[in-house]
Parts: sequence; C-alpha cells; structure tokens
Amino acid sequence: MAWAGKILRVNLTAGEISPEPLNMDWARDYLGQRGLASKYLYEEIDPACDALGPENKLIMATGPLTGTMASTGGRYSVVTKSPLTGAIACSNSGGFIGAEIKMAGWDMIIFEGASATPVYLYLEDDRAELRPAETLWGKSVWDTDAELHRMHQDPELRIACVGRSAEAGCLYAGVINDLHRAAGRSGVGTVMAAKGLKAVAVRGTRGVGNIHDPMRFLQATEQGKKILADNEVTGQGLPTYGTQVLMNVINEMGAMPTRNMREVQFEGAHKISGEAMHEPRPTDQRPNLTTNAACFGCTIACGRISRIDNGHFTVEHKPKYWGNSGGLEYEAAWALGSDTGVDDLEALTYANFLCNEDGFDPISFGATVAAAMELYENGAITDAHTDGLQLRFGSAEALSRCAELVAAGEGFGKDLGLGSKRLCEKYGQPELSMTVKGQEFPAYDPRGIQGMGLAYATSNRGACHLRGYTVSSEVLGIPEKTDPLTTEGKPKLVKAFQDAAAMVDSSGLCLFTTFAWTPDDIAPQIDAACGGGWDTERLLEMGERIWNLERDFNNRAGLTGADDTLPKRLLKEAAKVGPAKGRANDLGEMLPRYYEIRGWTPDGQVSETTRQRLRL
Amino acid sequence: MQHVLKLEPALCTGCLQCEMACSYENTGAFNPARSRVKVFTFHEEGSFAPYTCTQCDEAWCMHSCPVEAITVDLDTGAKVVDEDVCVGCKVCTIACPFGTVNYEEASGKVAKCDLCGGDPWCAKACPTGAITWVPADTAGLERMRAWAYQAPRPQPTHTKAPREKSVETFHPGNAGGQ
Repeated sequence: MAWAGKILRVNLTAGEISPEPLNMDWARDYLGQRGLASKYLYEEIDPACDALGPENKLIMATGPLTGTMASTGGRYSVVTKSPLTGAIACSNSGGFIGAEIKMAGWDMIIFEGASATPVYLYLEDDRAELRPAETLWGKSVWDTDAELHRMHQDPELRIACVGRSAEAGCLYAGVINDLHRAAGRSGVGTVMAAKGLKAVAVRGTRGVGNIHDPMRFLQATEQGKKILADNEVTGQGLPTYGTQVLMNVINEMGAMPTRNMREVQFEGAHKISGEAMHEPRPTDQRPNLTTNAACFGCTIACGRISRIDNGHFTVEHKPKYWGNSGGLEYEAAWALGSDTGVDDLEALTYANFLCNEDGFDPISFGATVAAAMELYENGAITDAHTDGLQLRFGSAEALSRCAELVAAGEGFGKDLGLGSKRLCEKYGQPELSMTVKGQEFPAYDPRGIQGMGLAYATSNRGACHLRGYTVSSEVLGIPEKTDPLTTEGKPKLVKAFQDAAAMVDSSGLCLFTTFAWTPDDIAPQIDAACGGGWDTERLLEMGERIWNLERDFNNRAGLTGADDTLPKRLLKEAAKVGPAKGRANDLGEMLPRYYEIRGWTPDGQVSETTRQRLRL
Repeated sequence: MQHVLKLEPALCTGCLQCEMACSYENTGAFNPARSRVKVFTFHEEGSFAPYTCTQCDEAWCMHSCPVEAITVDLDTGAKVVDEDVCVGCKVCTIACPFGTVNYEEASGKVAKCDLCGGDPWCAKACPTGAITWVPADTAGLERMRAWAYQAPRPQPTHTKAPREKSVETFHPGNAGGQ
C-alpha cells in the first residue's frame, strides 16, 4: 500500500477541517504527490479562476515513497494554480516536512477558500486545528519557525510557512520548510499567503508502516542506494559540490545565460562555482561551504550549508546572518550571479539567505533583477523609480539591496516582486523579459543546449529545468549522450524526459536520483511498496497521463500553443562566443514534431484520441 | 569480540536513514518518532550528530530499575529492556545521564537501544559511515591513526649518517593538527 489512505481537507473560509479517504482509483492512475494532487486540482477547481482568489485551492501532497527508507524518499509537492503564470503550479521540496505529514498519517492536505484573519494549521497525528496567527503575520520564515517552536515547546515540530514577501504579494514567493528548503517556484507561497495561511506545523508519530511487501521493498531500496553510491554524479559530484558542480561545466559549454541572457558565458563563473565554495577565504581562512546536508532519507546529500564571511559588507553589522544556513544551489548562484553579472560569492550567499528567510524564489528574483538592470542600463528605469539605487550589472550592492527590498515588499521591491514579465511590460519593453508563460528562465541557455529550448517552451509551469531535464543527456550523457547543438531527435527526447520526471515527482522520490537510476531501478521500489503491478511501462504511461492532465488544465485555463514559445532574444540573437557561437534556438524545427509525438492538435491541444488513450 | 556502535558526527549528513531503520526494526514502521538512535541538527553551527545509548558497563538505568526489567545481553553487552517486566515508572530515564532511555507513550514502556541482538540496523542503514559497528577494544584506532598521520615526518636525506633526533619532534604539543 504505502499510502496513508487519508486526506485532510481544510476549509479556511469556514474554519472547518475534515478527514476523507484517499481516492484509490485515482491513486492507481496518478500514484501520488504531483500527479495525484494535480488530478484533485483538475477535478475540483475551475482552471480559469483567479489564482489569488478563494476559489483556487492549495494542495500539499506526499508520494507513496515519502517517509520510507527509499533513498531520497522525503519529497512533497505544493500544487495550485499559479498567480505568476496562470498555469498549473507544482513546486517540489525536500527537507523534512513531507515525511512528517506522512508520519502523521496523511497523504495530502487540501486547503480551500480563504481565511479572513491570519491562521496556521497545527497537525499532530489525528489532531488538526486552525489556530490564530496574528502574532506570526509580518514575521519572516525564520522568525515564524522560531516562534512556533517556542509556542509549542516542541523541538521536533516540522514547519512550512511563508515569509514577508508572500504577504506583500510578491508573485514568485515560495513555501519554505525546515528553514531553507523550498517549494520555490511559480508563486505557490503567494497563494498560501492570499489564503491567510501563514504556516503549517506538523508532528507525526504514527510512522509509515503499511508497506506492501516489506522484505522486497528493503531489498529494492538497498539495491537503489548502492547504485547511487557507486555513481559518479550521485556518489561523488553532488555530495562534494552540490548542484554547483555544474557551474563551470555549463559555462564552458557556452550555455551559461549571462546579464539577462545577452551572453552565453560568464567571465566570473569560476568565482561563484562549487569549487570556489570550498576555497578558504583570504579574509577569515574559512571556506564559504561548511558542510553538505541531506534531506529526509537522502543518501546523496547534495544540500549546501554555508557561512558568510562575517566581515563582508552585506552582514558586517548583522549578527543574525553570521551563522550557517542553506547555501547556494547552482540555480540560485546562476540567477543571483551570472544573470546579474555579480561575481561576489559572499553577496550571492547573502541574497540566497534572504530568499530563504523571507521565502521568495531566487531563480525568478535573480532573473527579474537582471531584467531591471537591463532596463536601467537603457534608461527605462531611472534613479527616480529606484529611490537612487543604481541597478548596474555586476553590482553586488544593488543585488543585496534588491533582495532586502523584495523580502520586505517595500519601495522598488514591489516592482521587482511583479516578476520579470510584468516588470518589463510596466516599463514598456516586454521583449526584455526572459520568461515562458510568465515564469523566469533557469540556468541553461537554450542556444547552447537545443533540447532545453523545447523543454522550456512546452513546460507546463512556464520556463523550468525540472520538467524535462534534457541537460542530463545533452551535457552529461545520461542515459546516453546526444549532441546539444542539434535539434534532431530532441522532440522525442524531451517527451521522454518530461514523462519520466512527472513519474518521479509523483512517487515521493527526488529527481536527482535519475542521474543514476533509470525507471527500471525505480519501478521495483514503487511496486514493492504499493503492490498492484507497477512496472516501468505503466509508470511511464502514468507520467505521460500526468503531463497531459496538466496540459489540459492549462488549455482550459486559456493557454494555447501560442504560449509554447521562447523570448525573441533566444530565437533570433545568436550566441556570440563559445561552442554554440552563431546559433540561436531552433524551436520552430522541434515544436510541430513534438505536438505530433504527443498526439496533440497542431495548435497544441490534447486531442480526443490522446485523452481516451490515457483515460483522462 | 564485543562490538560497539561508533558514532562520528563529522560524517553525518542528517538524513535520518538510521532513525527509520531503527524504528522499523523495533516497531514495524518507518517512524523516527520511535527511534532509539537520534540525529540532532545544529543549524547555526552547520553540524549533525547521531546519538544513542553507550551500553555502560555499570549501567545506571539497570541499577536504578526497581523491577529489574533491564538486563545484560551477555553476547553483545547490550542492556535490554524486558517489556513484559517494565512498569513504565521512568526511573531509568532519570538515572541515565545521557538521556538515551526514553518513555514511549505508544507502548507505556521505556525503550532504548538493544544493539538489535548484535546486528544493528542503524549502522547498516547509515550511508556515510557516521554510524559503524566495530570491535569494542579498537574503536578508537581510526581516530588514533588520523592524529598519528599528522605527526611530523622525518625529511628524506641523502646521507646514510645517523641523524640526531630532536626531542621536540615527539612533543605532543606539535603532533596535533592546529
């Protein structure tokens, strides 16, 4: 079984909480987490609704392997309609809260409506209460976490909450759990704050015990752990350098989007790389990186725990930031660094701390600052707009100040909180926004990695690297090497990656396992845990079903094939240097073929045949 | 030879695989809340530490138990709680200076590490070597070796003439890794 078999439904408008059984028919078709929560959202809300209105719902969902000994079995997803994109949002996070929800005996929590006054949910096994959160409203994630621990006098309490940026309506605010793990993208935190929900505090003591075939499960997970340990990426690269192992690699490929994606290589990449995080600083002889850290049940442990140089200008008089906290991931280092042209590792770490402390997505934030810097450069944004803050590319001071303003939702931070698309529209130059469906790009330039262009354009939540990580194949050669500069075979590759990722995101496992695991390694673990004949083929078909369900949600929300595109800059302005010199992204060569393979109409709608084939 | 659980906090990543393994072996569910080994996270310091019973020879818990529910497993040296005898009075939890015996609401008894009868699940589950199962008498050897490795080494010379040994070379003060 492995599912808890129960959902907690929380009606915030009425202040009522009710348990209900999990729909097992759906679970057999959508497994859990991303897939199953998307199914619930699809069935329960009007996709065209106002994302920040009470008719939208917010679902926190675990997978069947969440809270088990499967390596990385600690993931959970926050699923809702995104205020940033208008599309379906599904943000995935690790840390410990997902496992705690499952240990308390619940597969999912569905939040409906909106509370007139701030509340938080306290969940202890079968006991669930909405409690007033006036005293927490206006506090950062870190302060909320400390205050809840103090109020409940329970050090074991696990907490997910939103920070001040979400309260201020920043459109890319996330839900932060365990101080520095984030369901970060697409503004899921903005929705949570709009519902008047400040935090979810969970204590689970029931455990996860109803494994279908325990002996087979322990053998399968043991086998899986061995594969992870023996693999170069998951056994060495990620534990040593974290995701930052990619910084120098991608830069050398000429696929490092730089200064709002004008360039494809960043001269300061080596200064903000995973390797640089290991180097003792000249000022205090300590490296930026203190240690690596694991999420619940993870045997990879790619997480970064870092300490800022106490004498650095960003924290010189702020002891609050002198301790250790979640350090730079590759995506954050790219968005806060290369994209803004800032090569000051300590300043990036500080901005990253603020993203965690007040709960906003460093990818969208960094990319929005980059767009603002370009607008400042060409005079569309002036000192009058920014209260005298000089938004120059490469300015660590500007980056740090912007992070402070967005965290507090003050001054120019309100403009930055709109995200790159709305910011560029507001200042009259929409073409400078590097977004798809309104969501900012992550750290791979689609001119140097062609397949990623298609993955970005067709991603169901706007530009995203985790919806179809063809970098695996095009750069790292996993499972097999393809040429990053060719479009040939990419539609098929993108579809395969998208379906596989949808499956992994629905299991409770972490996508990073797929550097080492194929679906054939995952299937036995799910099958032993859940029972009922889960083989690779069925799992991948389920991945495809989930992808199409999300697509259908978006179609009903008013998105069409016209939204499957990239900014002009990436389609028309060729890369100036590096291996991809002279190349733009050839999306047009890939998209029609992709629709065909997907079984969609030429304008990108899920066809009736496909709908029936996948039992949507 | 008797074995012990050797804990190396520096190697711990805080993944809780040990807590899941322990709780599964003892309760049949993956449930860190019922684990007898605990991992503590010190966020500000950026460190993690696994922690469990040291199986004292003269065990405080055993001596304090009024109903003699805690006995020695002669094979492993573990101090084992007999659930049928334990009355849940919690005196042992007060007696243990390390806090590694705890009352469990779910069972109404106390629970502590019993070394799984000589094949501890936590050590098997630990992915980083932060918890290992080693011969008791030599548990410190690896650490000794690590310090010894940092001691000054003689520099290679090109003469066969006997060198005068300096006494300072073996002064404990410069054998450390400051």
